[in-house]
Amino acid sequence: MGGVSDTLGANFMTTKLDKLVNWARRSSLWPMTFGLACCAIEMIGTTMPRHDLARFGMEAFRASPRQSDLMIVAGRVSQKMAPVLRQVYDQMTEPKWVISMGVCASSGGMFNNYALIQGVDQIVPVDVYVPGCPPRPEMLIDGIMLLHDRIIKGDYESMQVAAE
Amino acid sequence: MSIAESVVRTIEDKGAGAFVESYDPAEENMVINLGPVHPSTHGVLRLVLELSGETVLDCRPVIGYLHTGIEKECEDQTWRGAVTAVTRMDYLAPFHNEQAFSLAVEKLLDLEVPPRGKYIRTLMSELGRLSSHLVWFGTSGLDMGAMSAMFYGFRERELFLDFYEMVTGLRMNHGYNIPGGVWQDLPEGWEEVCANIVSIMPGRIDDYESLLTENPIWLERTKGVGIMSIEDAVRFGATGPIGRAAGLDWDLRRDMPYEAYGELSFEVPVASEGDVYARYQVRMAEMRESIKLVGQVMEKMPEGDYKNMDPKIMPPPRSELNRSMEAVIHHFKLVTQGYTVPAGDAYAAVESPRGELGAYVVSDGGTAPYRCHVRDPSFINLQSLASMAKGGLVADLIAVIASVDPVMGGVDR
Repeated sequence: MGGVSDTLGANFMTTKLDKLVNWARRSSLWPMTFGLACCAIEMIGTTMPRHDLARFGMEAFRASPRQSDLMIVAGRVSQKMAPVLRQVYDQMTEPKWVISMGVCASSGGMFNNYALIQGVDQIVPVDVYVPGCPPRPEMLIDGIMLLHDRIIKGDYESMQVAAE
Repeated sequence: MSIAESVVRTIEDKGAGAFVESYDPAEENMVINLGPVHPSTHGVLRLVLELSGETVLDCRPVIGYLHTGIEKECEDQTWRGAVTAVTRMDYLAPFHNEQAFSLAVEKLLDLEVPPRGKYIRTLMSELGRLSSHLVWFGTSGLDMGAMSAMFYGFRERELFLDFYEMVTGLRMNHGYNIPGGVWQDLPEGWEEVCANIVSIMPGRIDDYESLLTENPIWLERTKGVGIMSIEDAVRFGATGPIGRAAGLDWDLRRDMPYEAYGELSFEVPVASEGDVYARYQVRMAEMRESIKLVGQVMEKMPEGDYKNMDPKIMPPPRSELNRSMEAVIHHFKLVTQGYTVPAGDAYAAVESPRGELGAYVVSDGGTAPYRCHVRDPSFINLQSLASMAKGGLVADLIAVIASVDPVMGGVDR
């Protein structure tokens, strides 16, 4: 102890501002509804009564990129969809994160062909990859918890540098 | 006025003031994009709408945003492996995709599925219909502001997913129906889980009906909206619930029986109004019929083989490999190369939750499909969207999309 805590006693808690900011960011992630294929159904299932994503403060899915800071790319990304995806990502406000849900979004999965982008990380920086075809809701929740950990550790800036 | 002829206004030498003054919203139609990222387009459907105020003058679906090349992908797989590709087309009806493909391949191979295999397929197909209709119920309720419908629909869907996981090991995209039968038998204790579903669901469907059937807002949003006549249904090739809601009394399960449907008794619900509400009623009645069918299949489930044990098609059981050299040879050939299918083509169709789902496969006598085309009901039904939406409001269009229940994975493949 020492400094301010000594003077004010147990009535106050001191912390660093960026810790507080990161805590706030982690606790109110607003995902964007970016459902593409099969994984989207599991993503919806994650928010529904059985798995209840609201336990983690994540249930506020937004249809507008302007109101969201997490993009869960749920499903296969075709060549035609790629520019749309990038545009939506660009419209999201900083700071923003991306979860690549399922093997198709992560690496093209079983579809190694002309039609699909072989991994959404070719267009947008990805923070967490969730494998599975489609991943179970528990796996998506695990991916989200991993992202929460990263946000609270505050390595957002370093991730951005790595992405560029 | 078509979209191509609509006025394009540019700010030229007259300055911005002139542009604003001459603008009269009443005389100009507006072209807007709905999608491909939109919460109520059921996936990545993009609609180019021409609007006069709130009225839809024209509606053009733009598809292809989920094109995965699955038909092409099949050509790189073995006949057995292609099942894992086709199951990912219409991702709300994975069993039906596999079933149509397997039936077509079985036609080419002239391969008989043992009775137990047929009944298991029928069971999974009817459960698949229920779980798919539950998603339709949830999403169409959500589109029209009935949020609780979504919660109820997905709550019950988990029951089905648990059963699928128990039987196939996966919650979705099962790859369970294979040419010759199903790849593994029903696990121990399946009767209890299935009986649980059969006993729970009728009460739950009553709950859904008490939410929506006489709900004044629901009636206002759906009655007389998005009408399709029976002539249009035939002309557009619309099948499934949207065809039957228009009075087209056609169901492949009854009219061209496949699997075990010939031995089961069930009604085919038909309505005549052809509006969104009629589609709602038809699907609700279909869910009740499916529950009855599941009950019948459980009673009649025969014993015996669940897949055709032809050693040239089906790998031998694991226990055989320790004893028989012949089994090892067959296993090696099937795993490294797969089986060959006589040259020719075949078409087989099943009644998926959305209509006639057909698979057309061509073989050149090799170990992989030469061509595999799927007639997906979502794709065919989607073309009737414009005729249903024209003249209505944008809000009605949302109701119409929900009632068509397109799955873009099936449309774009």
